[in-house]
Amino acid sequence: MKVLVPVKRVIDFNVAVRVKADRSGVELANVKMSINPFDEIAVEEAVRLKENGKASEIVAVSIGPQGAQETIRTALAMGADRGILVKHEGRIEPLTVAKILKAIAVEEQPQLVIMGKQAIDDDSNQVGQMLAALLNWPQGTFAAKVDVADGSIAVTREVDGGLQTVALKLPAVVTTDLRLNQPRYASLPNIMKARKKPIVEKTVADYGVDAAPRLKLLDVREPEKRRAGARVASATELAQRLRERGVI
Amino acid sequence: MAALVLAEHDNQSLNEATAKTVTAALQISAPVHVLVAGLNCAGAAAQAAALSGVEKVLVCDDSRYANLLPEPTAELILSLAHSYDAILAAATANGKNILPRVAARLDVPQISEIVAVETPEIFRRPIYAGNAVETVKAEGFKKLITVRISAFAAAGKTGSANIENVPPAGDPGLSRFVGETLTRSERPDLSAAKIVISGGRGLQSKENFALIERIADKLGAAVGASRAAVDAGFVPNDRQVGQTGKVVAPELYIAVGISGAIQHLAGMKDSKIIVAINKDEGAAIFSVADYGLVADLFEALPEFEKALESR
Repeated sequence: MKVLVPVKRVIDFNVAVRVKADRSGVELANVKMSINPFDEIAVEEAVRLKENGKASEIVAVSIGPQGAQETIRTALAMGADRGILVKHEGRIEPLTVAKILKAIAVEEQPQLVIMGKQAIDDDSNQVGQMLAALLNWPQGTFAAKVDVADGSIAVTREVDGGLQTVALKLPAVVTTDLRLNQPRYASLPNIMKARKKPIVEKTVADYGVDAAPRLKLLDVREPEKRRAGARVASATELAQRLRERGVI
Repeated sequence: MAALVLAEHDNQSLNEATAKTVTAALQISAPVHVLVAGLNCAGAAAQAAALSGVEKVLVCDDSRYANLLPEPTAELILSLAHSYDAILAAATANGKNILPRVAARLDVPQISEIVAVETPEIFRRPIYAGNAVETVKAEGFKKLITVRISAFAAAGKTGSANIENVPPAGDPGLSRFVGETLTRSERPDLSAAKIVISGGRGLQSKENFALIERIADKLGAAVGASRAAVDAGFVPNDRQVGQTGKVVAPELYIAVGISGAIQHLAGMKDSKIIVAINKDEGAAIFSVADYGLVADLFEALPEFEKALESR
């Protein structure tokens, strides 16, 4: 079975994000960019499916600026077979991304699309569900475990209060949660090999999708800061202070 | 027009997330209706009818909604969507799972995890794990919104809405519920608790979490954890407080042995009073704490427990 893995280029999770002075967004210039960590987990899972003989080919897709090619190379170095870069500059909404991915899924006919549950930039948590809806496929979101059998996939999901397992007919969309796996580091030979793997470049227009955002972004601000309070000398004093505040 | 709120419930009773989502809905559109989809969910429907500001409760009691699988549940909401200009759900596992499916089929962008309604068309939502907040305007299309429940107060319980049955929609037959393992706890629910005490990597083991649990029981608190503690297997994943776990805003949040990674702070920094106990004086958690105690938690926790007894 063919597996499609959408990957997003985002500000590296270790970088402290700075809001631009004009409140138009966050500073992206000269900032370290990386693959969205949840998508990295998705790539890892796809590669494991291939290693276990469940997947035959892994196609990594990224929608973004030219630099998103590096994100695809990361996926290729981990074990994906080829890439599709859909070039786009600027803000793009989850629904638009889902429409582009739908067009690619119709073209590529994967049995499984596996991707991060959310990107750590806009934290929307929408694309997987939207893609499943547009394709009329089932969805297994927030996956902690996946088990592919003939024509179906069992997905154990992280839900409020525990874990839930659902069985989905293939083709299906799965979105990954943190504990699905621990992504591997790409080895140097595999990084070298990835350079020779093919990446096709496309534009949003190639898929007949209008990329203009429909939500108007009015501003981006710093969150309200909390200020540090007092130090207490002992746990006994702490209990006393909390009693005075009337919270315990 | 009107707003529709998808109820979060366990059939017998309504989750407080619903009352909070109703508060957000009332700021966007009126009247507000609540949809209770489930199996043998009359108990939850009755509680929804008692929420202040709710005009009508729509009930769809059918086996296909027993586990609120997104494929059939989205079809049900779509069958009702034409009557509403806003459709809201709490940003819970269910709400996050179901609502984007509805939004895509209606061809409208969804606005995820709003924390404030500035006008009925302008919303604020955190991005970058709460390190920035964006303001967006939704104009000229149906509003599909998930609500960060820690940011809204619960609607009161003085209502008496009519309860109306609605017919089930078609089940696409794409998915099947297999089973679930829920963590049963006598302690209050993490998202609803007035006091939360969380442990981090500093606890060092699963067994040591008993120190936290004993205090939780004395205070009637819920037990939370940092991602590091969850990843280390000290506690189950549903205890995780943080951007990728649960976002909480209790009256009192006590962080024990938690360094205060951005990820964790995003999940608790809206708590009214924050207490940090950590042996590392430079830990980031102290920068948001109202009361900081620099101490070895293995000495501080038993002392704190004793101080709670001697009231």
